[in-house]
Amino acid sequence: MAKGIMAAKSDKSQWNGFSLKPRKQMPEGLWLACPACKHMLYKKTVAENMNVCPECKYHFRIDGDTRIKQLVDEDSFEQMCVELGSDDPLKFKYRGDTYKNRIRADRKKTGGIEAMLVGKAFIRGRGVMLGVMNFDFLGGSMGLVVGEKFCRAVDRAIEESLPLVVVSCSGGARMHEGVVSLGQMAKTSAALAKYDESGGLFISVLTDPTTGGVTASFAMLGDIIIAEPGALIGFAGPRTIYETIKVELPAGFQRSEFLLEHGFIDMIVPRNQLRKEITRLIDYCGK
Amino acid sequence: MPFSMTDIQVKLNPNQYLPFEEKVAELDRQIENLRRHAAQNGSDQSAEIRRLQRLETGELKRIYSRLTPWQIVQVARHPMRPLVTDYLELMVKDVRELHGDRCFGDDRAIITSLGQIGREKVLLVGQNKGKNTKEKIACNFGCPNPEGYRKALIKMKLAEKYRIPIVTLIDTPGAYPGVGAEERGQAQAIAANLMEMSRLKVPIISIVIGEGGSGGALGIGVADRLAMLEFSYYSVISPEGCAAILWRDGSQAKQAAHALKLTAKDLMKLGLVDAIITESLGGAHRNLHDTIYNVEQYIIKTLRDLKRTKIENLLETRYRKLRAIGNQYQKSIGVKAPRTKAAPKPSTRPKIPERVSIEAQLQKMQEITRQNDSYEFAELSEQDTNP
Repeated sequence: MAKGIMAAKSDKSQWNGFSLKPRKQMPEGLWLACPACKHMLYKKTVAENMNVCPECKYHFRIDGDTRIKQLVDEDSFEQMCVELGSDDPLKFKYRGDTYKNRIRADRKKTGGIEAMLVGKAFIRGRGVMLGVMNFDFLGGSMGLVVGEKFCRAVDRAIEESLPLVVVSCSGGARMHEGVVSLGQMAKTSAALAKYDESGGLFISVLTDPTTGGVTASFAMLGDIIIAEPGALIGFAGPRTIYETIKVELPAGFQRSEFLLEHGFIDMIVPRNQLRKEITRLIDYCGK
Repeated sequence: MPFSMTDIQVKLNPNQYLPFEEKVAELDRQIENLRRHAAQNGSDQSAEIRRLQRLETGELKRIYSRLTPWQIVQVARHPMRPLVTDYLELMVKDVRELHGDRCFGDDRAIITSLGQIGREKVLLVGQNKGKNTKEKIACNFGCPNPEGYRKALIKMKLAEKYRIPIVTLIDTPGAYPGVGAEERGQAQAIAANLMEMSRLKVPIISIVIGEGGSGGALGIGVADRLAMLEFSYYSVISPEGCAAILWRDGSQAKQAAHALKLTAKDLMKLGLVDAIITESLGGAHRNLHDTIYNVEQYIIKTLRDLKRTKIENLLETRYRKLRAIGNQYQKSIGVKAPRTKAAPKPSTRPKIPERVSIEAQLQKMQEITRQNDSYEFAELSEQDTNP
């Protein structure tokens, strides 16, 4: 008998006794568990709370559409370069799959054509050029189309002397496009140099996660850099660092608070304050 | 004795032959044996040696004319491959190394040095991997930290001030992924370099001499002309890293190297590289002088070209070139499923919240000042609808 209980205990996938802790696996549907505080949350409540956990203020990852809806004045987003797509420069193939298939699948999944949406919008009445990255599309990676869209947004911001707001959410450069996507880092940075000379204001908003080639190019070149609380921001991903140095990484490493402490971002702004904070900055610095 | 090519060729240790060079290693061993034999009993073996050398040359030609991408990666990482220090020694006269980023420290993984190439004064910026174990550790195996990039930038600004052209030699597996590097802002350091290099008012030439690893390489690689040595590679991610992510197995690096199109030839076809500099037969590590001479000639020739251009035109061309990266691979996707959720219909004008009239603003301002003596102008427009 005792032996039986021991066996049940050692097998984690099975019955785990009368635990009062909330169960980790939840039925799909109306409820979701907060990854930070493990509270059970009603999905609708979370959505109404700007996808922030009402208990612990954990910021859930959101897709591009939701971000735009939350950030700009109702119906004011006027998208440009919608039709731009990538033509697979390397003819990339891996494990019997192709980059083209992957793009096709993600287009279906997200309903968009690429990992970035750009366009003119109004935030509390102030006109801005807005760029929003969509993590659901190939990890929000920067390929040639993302780079080009970014540059066109910068061009238009220079033309109409608008402030530029870009919400980054990306795993880095897109490896399926090889050095072409690496070149986008130089391309976007060069465009920002032009923008800088024209005297425009670039507000870079970093959200969870912003890593790799995106951080090492336009995301870190903001005149003002804002981060959402608890966002992972860094050059190398934590797993890469762990595999290189084989040392346990300190708690909170590469989170927004860590970057603020080390002086690489200007401020941490919770999601519900973002609109207000951006407007205020535009009023201070914008033309 | 007449001067022969074999005299300046580098002798490799038995363990320094690459896996695909077995035949060459065998021929070398035979030649060595014959030489020893000849020296011991004074017999003349030169005819046989010459025959074997011809065979070896033929074999090297055969192997090196059809290297696979993964083999090129291996050649680029060869322990005897010439490093920046070799270039400084053999190519640059009057080397004056400059140290320190004036901020944190002096990163040995990036060498910045004033010097002369041909008759041209230049600033040479290069990533150094180190020759022996001690140097390798000091150089962090060629993985620069943020201070390295900041040092490079500060010296490049110096060069800009005195109109000295810049030559950068790229040879790094990637920027260092460590805790300290993240704390000191690796990403910011590279980003700043990209932005500033795109508008430096002097000609810049970049040459990939070994490994061109991702952002770490690009951090000193924004240039008017980008050249690559024949057997170097330049990639967005190391083949191992790519294999670990996409193949979920780091040992599939061979396939990844193939898929990434990271060789000089492939990149030339993609229009990302301006020139390929030929290496000596059997890779740069077999004959340092030949390869470095080719690099020197390329630099001299290109600098002459670039110096002829007016600096404004040069900057404009550089910008156009950067902006054109990847443009030929864009295509218009039929807008079957455009995102219309957030976008307005073309007929309806976007609803812009009405600005409050000046009178009302003044009135409100007075009210507010009366109430709490503070005034925040962001609050003046329409009330925020979001929580």
